[in-house]
Amino acid sequence: MVSAYLIHLLILICIYLILAISLQLSVGFTGLLNLGHIAFYALGAYASALLALNGFPFWFCFLAAGILAMLFGFLLSLPTNKLKGDYLALATMGFSFVVYAVALNWTSLTRGPLGLPGIPKPSFHIPLTAYRLSLTTNLSFLIFTLLISLLAYLLIAHIVKSPFGKVLEATRDDELATRILGKSTFKIKSLALMISAFFAGIAGSLYAHYITFIDPSSFTLLQLIPVLCIVIIGGLASLKGTVIATIILVLLPEPLRFIGFPSSIVGPARQILYALILLLILIYKPRGFFGKIELE
Amino acid sequence: MLRVENLKKYFGGVKAVDECSFEIQPETITALIGPNGAGKSTVFNLISGILKADSGEIIFDNKNITTLSPEAISNLGISRLFQQTRLFNNLTVKENLLLALDNEDTKFWKNLFGLNKITEEKEEKIREMLKLIDMENFENTLAKDLSYGQKRLVELSRAILNPHKLLILDEPVAGVNPRLRKKITEILLELKEKGDTILLIEHDMNFTLKIADWIIVMEKGKVIAEGEPEEIKNNPKVIEVYLGE
Repeated sequence: MVSAYLIHLLILICIYLILAISLQLSVGFTGLLNLGHIAFYALGAYASALLALNGFPFWFCFLAAGILAMLFGFLLSLPTNKLKGDYLALATMGFSFVVYAVALNWTSLTRGPLGLPGIPKPSFHIPLTAYRLSLTTNLSFLIFTLLISLLAYLLIAHIVKSPFGKVLEATRDDELATRILGKSTFKIKSLALMISAFFAGIAGSLYAHYITFIDPSSFTLLQLIPVLCIVIIGGLASLKGTVIATIILVLLPEPLRFIGFPSSIVGPARQILYALILLLILIYKPRGFFGKIELE
Repeated sequence: MLRVENLKKYFGGVKAVDECSFEIQPETITALIGPNGAGKSTVFNLISGILKADSGEIIFDNKNITTLSPEAISNLGISRLFQQTRLFNNLTVKENLLLALDNEDTKFWKNLFGLNKITEEKEEKIREMLKLIDMENFENTLAKDLSYGQKRLVELSRAILNPHKLLILDEPVAGVNPRLRKKITEILLELKEKGDTILLIEHDMNFTLKIADWIIVMEKGKVIAEGEPEEIKNNPKVIEVYLGE
């Protein structure tokens, strides 16, 4: 029982880690205050769930989730490219509302508030072998999610350390100076949003196949708050800080379950706890745990 | 090399640049001078594509660049130094300079597969530049931790390293100490020797008269005089603009 609970928490940590490090790429490294991240997560979850329910193999659903989210990342970058700071946050938040509204109201596709039940657990052939891998147990799903989150971490770490990552940081520090050096910040910001959306999409796919049921309530702006808290508390432009903050923020509200409060109190108490930690961090450690830059 | 023809830029009722025309010859240092509010920085912003002209044309290397974006203008060969320091504060000095060398760093796939290496040639260029500005030991210092003078030197180096045919420098020696001013003067004269073309804005007349081959004087958005330093120094119109009647 305890180990099942622990495995569940570890799976959540892995999914949140993919969401948080990909948000870190756009917010911390590129300076794009993107509140549309939860919409990419939703798009990935719905795309993967709908494809799987229509008989498509898991790998296809998984990659399609990332690619569809990435495509929407590109589309979102077109109208928002000239926006900065609060204005960009508002525009991307609007995108989150639109995706939520579509998930809620396009009932013929998403079943609206009834959600999509019976999403199959991943099961696929291992490439170049005759073996079939079924991730029907939580332990096997944890190993798979752990591998994917590790891969996502390594890829994003590689991107931010490469010369391309330095252009992302230059764009964050001074967009005009970057343009004056002959670099198209439109292209840079679009790419950052697309990569970030891709990983949010695959996190959505993992979530959908793990929980096996999704509905629009899993993808409201409220669900973005913990992810944004992780990014800020871990420290802007710090991947190490993001990992530590993910573990802390996913585990921290768990004791609330054992106090015996009714679930109607546990949910809001969790939000209050996040808000409190965020407030304390902003007052006493404005750069978060390992942040390279201060929140403006 | 650069021709500005009847350039106009109004901000509401304010005529920041009004029918402004001048030409820059290759391999020279040209200074754009004038009192505050004369429109010099606006002309620079128009040339580098940050502002768009209401009318008129900017021709660079026989190409009309009036409506091009800042990055397109930079890629055609105009490199700029801003009046206020605009370094990438959270990057190191070396990273700031590396960004100027080329645009290979914007190619995502090439960088993802590790095909855009920092070559020995690039390292050497950075080392040479840091040696030139006496900052060899600051390679790994974050730009935000530098003093104002050091920031100015790094930013000037970044503009120089950015592949260019024309350097436009907005007040390169403003606020720097005499030793640093001498250093910057030496660097600019050396660049001219090597065949660079430089257009600069400067308020310091001693510096301008010493370094410039040609001086263009602006007042209220218009060019009121141009000529060699000695000519400009004795021009009654210029004396009136600078010292009053």
